[in-house]
Amino acid sequence: MGTGSQSLTQICRVLTPQLGPGGSVEPILRCFNLTDDSVTAGRGGAGRAPGGGGMAAAGTERLLRQAREVRDEELGQFCARASALLRTEEPGPEAVDALRRLFLIVAATKYGRKLEDECVDLLQTALGPPPRPEPLQLLCAAILRETAPRPGLSLSCDCVQSPRQLSLVASVLLAQGDRRQVRSVGQRVFQVLESRQPEGPSARPLLPVVSKVASLAPGSFREDQANLLSKRLADWLRYASVPQGPAPSGGFFTPRARQPGPVTEVDGAVATDFFTVLSTAQRATEDQWLNVQAFSMLRAWLQLGGPGAPDTDDRSEQEGSSLSVLSAAASTGRLLPPERLREKAFQYCQRLVEQSTRRALRRADADLQKACLVEAVLVLDVLCRQDPSFLYRTLSCLKALQARLNGDPACVRVLLPLAQFFLGHGEAAAVDAEAVCRQVFGRVPAEHFHSPMLAFEFVQFCRDSLPLLGRHLGLLRRSFPGLLQLLAWNSPALTAEFVALLPALVDASTAVELLHALLDLPCLTAALDLQLRLSPAASERPLWDASLRTASCPDASQDPQLQGRLQHLLRTEASGAPERLAPLYPLLQPMAGCARVLQCAEAVPTLLRAFFSAVTQFADGALTNQLARLLLERSDSLYPVPGYEARVHQCGLSASTWR
Amino acid sequence: MISWFHAQSLRHTGHTASHPPGAMVHAFLIHTLRAPHAEDSGLCRVLYSCVFGAESSPDDPRPHGAERDRLLRKEQILAVARQAETMCRLQQQASGRPAADLQPQPSDEPVPLHEAPRGAFRLAAGDPFREPRTAVWLGVLSFGFALVLDAHENLLLAENTLRLLARLLLDHLRLLTPGTNLLLRADRIEGILTRFLPHGQLLFLNDQFVQSLEKEFSAALPR
Repeated sequence: MGTGSQSLTQICRVLTPQLGPGGSVEPILRCFNLTDDSVTAGRGGAGRAPGGGGMAAAGTERLLRQAREVRDEELGQFCARASALLRTEEPGPEAVDALRRLFLIVAATKYGRKLEDECVDLLQTALGPPPRPEPLQLLCAAILRETAPRPGLSLSCDCVQSPRQLSLVASVLLAQGDRRQVRSVGQRVFQVLESRQPEGPSARPLLPVVSKVASLAPGSFREDQANLLSKRLADWLRYASVPQGPAPSGGFFTPRARQPGPVTEVDGAVATDFFTVLSTAQRATEDQWLNVQAFSMLRAWLQLGGPGAPDTDDRSEQEGSSLSVLSAAASTGRLLPPERLREKAFQYCQRLVEQSTRRALRRADADLQKACLVEAVLVLDVLCRQDPSFLYRTLSCLKALQARLNGDPACVRVLLPLAQFFLGHGEAAAVDAEAVCRQVFGRVPAEHFHSPMLAFEFVQFCRDSLPLLGRHLGLLRRSFPGLLQLLAWNSPALTAEFVALLPALVDASTAVELLHALLDLPCLTAALDLQLRLSPAASERPLWDASLRTASCPDASQDPQLQGRLQHLLRTEASGAPERLAPLYPLLQPMAGCARVLQCAEAVPTLLRAFFSAVTQFADGALTNQLARLLLERSDSLYPVPGYEARVHQCGLSASTWR
Repeated sequence: MISWFHAQSLRHTGHTASHPPGAMVHAFLIHTLRAPHAEDSGLCRVLYSCVFGAESSPDDPRPHGAERDRLLRKEQILAVARQAETMCRLQQQASGRPAADLQPQPSDEPVPLHEAPRGAFRLAAGDPFREPRTAVWLGVLSFGFALVLDAHENLLLAENTLRLLARLLLDHLRLLTPGTNLLLRADRIEGILTRFLPHGQLLFLNDQFVQSLEKEFSAALPR
């Protein structure tokens, strides 16, 4: 390309050694003979900085700034250079390098950058046949997606045959936000899936596209197409090959290395039944891969994959609708997936539940077993809602599962979808929902409050279960102390969730005790911290605030009075009789300044406002006044966290105005 | 006869069309993490983001809406990154982890991802996405990784997948080496996502399958 006059910065840049991965950041527009006065060439030559973090952050910041500061004319010239590289017969590493930079330039800013039309055309062409090197195609697709939506995109999947390329092209088209385009992508993918030869390229890249299309634009497939896809899914789920040892025709023409090995379970035993995601194979066959993908998309497909009324916007029909799902299903005209797929899905889930009893050899597989259990429960829930005749078989399977998992702390996260299943189908199946709730609310929060993911899931479970609890809502309300343990430990993450949950938790019988508990929340945090420190079953990495050294933690077990109050604070059920916790304050004094307690103290005013807002919905003047007075009284007998008393006092003053 | 409670439950968890369910990710992002006790040293930056598909828009996209749609998308991602970064920082402070945890260790030991700070938060409808969604985040050294999911998701699978992606990115982009910058390695990030999170599909991959895919990836995009 034509060069401008050689500026000092250009010369400096060319002379500076090209710093690669071991050095500092490379200038964004190196070696393209472009002037760019804002680029500080060659700075940061000492690439061996000891503290990698600080240097890396500065380098990142600089690179982002350079990318943003590239001027439009420079970008235009850069596009031209990239186009020239793309046009060559066999684009090499220089082309990949140019595209990496181009991607960064467009991605680094939220404002649109103008790419030359010719460049955009070449990016699109590079996605079609003949196949270019993968890094190049990935970058072309990434740049086109990053600049989406792009009106007037000429890219189309009509002529693309190869599944891998089709998947890339689809990723660009699906990003345009045009539902008609989504549908046409779905149609083309279906065509290619159906017409592919068994010995042709793998269909693996296409199933995720099917799933994405179904979720972006439900009803994209006609009934006959959806049925055919369902049939395929059922086959892949149930009949993926499980070779039982060396193939009989093995020998001279089929070298042993290319024969698939035996399929094993995650504990190493030889597989006893059909192939699932918890089966391992030395060299997976095509249909085993498709088995994995089929299960991965199963739940979404069962709910969304059916054909629907072709040209209506399904969402606008549903929003604001107060119809039960039975009439809703009728109005969308969506049919249930074929019975055969549902039956195979059921068998698959049953098998996963059975496979989860095995003791996995690898940690990653143990994690997968739990995720599979959760998914199996969710899929079974969908199946039972679609067809209650599955309920009988499902219940016996899941009740056994629950009994097995109840004692296992590692599987606690699976208990939540299980509980939700029983709550959801309890009426129809005569399951003792109260027992389920008591088990879940009674033990889980107190034993697992320190796990951030479980804490979040638990609160979500409470919110989602509200409509299912019905007459058992009182049980949830009485369990608020346990819930508050989750909140006390994870206040930044859970405050918003609790604000949404509070209206359901508060009623006339619990209001007073709940107000006391909210005011004592930071004290609860400290007590939980103390409990963890003193607990014999401490994990290797401390769960409590490790920066706080409490050399001499007074032993509360010596004093039965203190012990009693501590137990009250750490209770999991409402007691109906508030207790004064001030005697505990000296015991918990060391924790008063630690970060977790401070965070909790900061969250309390928000919770108090939400509390009073909820109370005024149902309480009469007398109760509200009583609570407001209580707040003012308590505000000078609180756990002494710096700044806490002032904040609560402030709340108390305005509480009387909350009506 | 289906009781009122059963119908209510069906209605609530029946996932009527406004909340499409099931194992799909809306977006994946990588952002910067600042040290827990550092002074306000710069902003949270999104280093990489990928949105799978697009939020549904009316069936007649108007040309001048395109810029605005893209701007909205970028701002939504930034909002998630900021919140994830805040949550991570607060969690680090609360557990008293020293700031030195952000620096890469000189040893060759793999970073213990099961102990890394992580969490989830809900994103209400309209804030910032049109649909209600859930974000799952993981903090490793100075990088934050996050997945934006549909509202009712298999969080255990999402968490496992996020850990896997973080491990793959740390290994194959050599993020522990000082000076390496992932900003100019989008092809490798895309190569990993194409295989392990294709079109945002969460995959139930056991260890054997992961190894297989990793070999494929190393062969297709050699270092």
